Amino acid sequence: MVEHIQAPVLDIRGLRTEFLIDGQWHAAVRGLSLTVERNETLAIVGESGSGKSMTALSILGLLPKGSGRIGSGEILYGGQNLTRLNERRLRRIRGSEIAMIFQEPMTSLNPTMRVGEQIAETIQSHRRIGKREARELVQALLRKVGIPSPEKRMDDYPHQFSGGMRQRVMIAMAIACEPKILLADEPTTALDVTIQAQVLAVLNQLKAEQGMAMIFITHNLGVVALIADRVAVMYAGEIVETASVSELFNHPAHPYTEALLAAMPRVDVKSAAIRPIPGQVPSIQAMPRGCAFAARCPLKIERCEQDAPRLAPLKDAGLHRVSCFVRNPEAA
Amino acid sequence: MRMNAMLALPASFYRLMGRGGFFGWLGLALLLAIVCVAVFAPLLSPYDPLEQSIVMRLMPPSAEHLFGTDSFGRDVLSRVIYGSRVSLLVGFVSILIAMTVGTIIGVVSGYIGGRLDQLVMAIADVMLSFPSLLLGLLVAAVLGASLENLIIAIAITEIAPFIRLARAPTLALKEREFIEAGRALGFGHVRLMGVHILPNLIADVLVMGSLWMATAIRTEASLSFIGLGVRPPTPTWGGMIREGFENILDAWWLAVFPSIAVLLTVLALNLLGDALRDATDPKYRKR
Repeated sequence: MVEHIQAPVLDIRGLRTEFLIDGQWHAAVRGLSLTVERNETLAIVGESGSGKSMTALSILGLLPKGSGRIGSGEILYGGQNLTRLNERRLRRIRGSEIAMIFQEPMTSLNPTMRVGEQIAETIQSHRRIGKREARELVQALLRKVGIPSPEKRMDDYPHQFSGGMRQRVMIAMAIACEPKILLADEPTTALDVTIQAQVLAVLNQLKAEQGMAMIFITHNLGVVALIADRVAVMYAGEIVETASVSELFNHPAHPYTEALLAAMPRVDVKSAAIRPIPGQVPSIQAMPRGCAFAARCPLKIERCEQDAPRLAPLKDAGLHRVSCFVRNPEAA
Repeated sequence: MRMNAMLALPASFYRLMGRGGFFGWLGLALLLAIVCVAVFAPLLSPYDPLEQSIVMRLMPPSAEHLFGTDSFGRDVLSRVIYGSRVSLLVGFVSILIAMTVGTIIGVVSGYIGGRLDQLVMAIADVMLSFPSLLLGLLVAAVLGASLENLIIAIAITEIAPFIRLARAPTLALKEREFIEAGRALGFGHVRLMGVHILPNLIADVLVMGSLWMATAIRTEASLSFIGLGVRPPTPTWGGMIREGFENILDAWWLAVFPSIAVLLTVLALNLLGDALRDATDPKYRKR
């Protein structure tokens, strides 16, 4: 486990990210707080539309202009509040201090540029570097992410690479400036299972080598078990449970987490035992007053529809926090 | 896959031409021949295009003067050959200016969007609603007749189509993942536009450039015909057609030969442009 001696690299407090729908601002992320330590991998898990990706885009200030904004909250990084920085200073942080990799390796690379040039471009846009030095650096990066004969492959175009190889290139671009934090938004979802494992291994190794913190966004609990130190489960724009990986898998407390684990296909359990979660995530235009999961929850009590529970530590387990009236008396 | 055709222009050019078919090659050959004529004009022309001769006025085509002579006794063939220089120069330079300026405006306008984009598109629509000859006439009349002003006038008339052509794909490209990935890596706007958007639409722009160069050459001939082009005695095709027009009944060769030259050049550029368009547009691709 990571020891809590240093201040966290990233400290998000009460983040509220809103979107403009039919002339009104609706919150897609509602009062989210989380911290990431140095050299820690935090997995954010949740189904589509739970606000995971929006959290990542908020950190980098990449919300769509005009239709997205940060309503309130702070994102503290290296003593500054990222939500208050102007575009120029944010641009200096993006890619060099906090980098991001995306879900679609097939379309996230410019088809008209050689792969090596694209990686070099990331370095060049943050510091001055000679042509020869850039080439050597690019080769070293490609080798680091496990691309064979990089001195040849760096002059190829993206369409000459397979999906897994392209995602490695994306990773090389993201780590080119040795960022302190890597945001990975479903980086393995579009890949084959065997390739997934390889890419995860590369990420794990890089994290250890460079001491980066990683925020890994996924809906795949199998991937979480492989890579994460700590997990935050998101539902309808809120974190409903957060714990270390082993704690979460062995003692899930929130009924949504339990439902997620029960809905995961497993080799050792008959497929009839998979229980899909009935109903859907409430739309952000129609958030219920109480707990957002109440309508789908098997444990629902009357109070769940009246008040919203808060994320509070479970008794006897300081790092395990749950927002559920039934499972955690502290949530009130 | 369309993107592949745009990767490296020199290499893909031959692949495109392979798909262009017979007429594409014909257009290219014709254009190359015309360019050679322009480049080697002093070697090819039998006489000095400016040399006058009272004795040899208005001679019909003969073995001595293949295209005949004009009212000053100048050799028409030599003047047609030298005239290609002005036509190609004006056509090429004006399109180069229109293409560069129009593409930059189009990409920036599409990338920034919003009010600026609306304004730019409104101006472009107004420019497009004028016939290019009329607009050229206006600009040339205001600036005065000279080679530079002629080039500027024609360039201005043809900026609008390039603005539209560059803007449309920019709107689509700026939503693509690799642009967002670039933003997440801290790339600036200029870099995103110049390095990531522009190369993805440059093939379209070049194809249209070859088509519009034909129009530019026609406009040059038209403006020279009206007398707003290059000053005499410099031989230009449009100017020669105008002079010949006055004597069309007595000396048909004066107007006919430069007209054929304009026709061939415009035809060559259109054949080439059509072939390039067909080859880059999957909808037109046959094989």
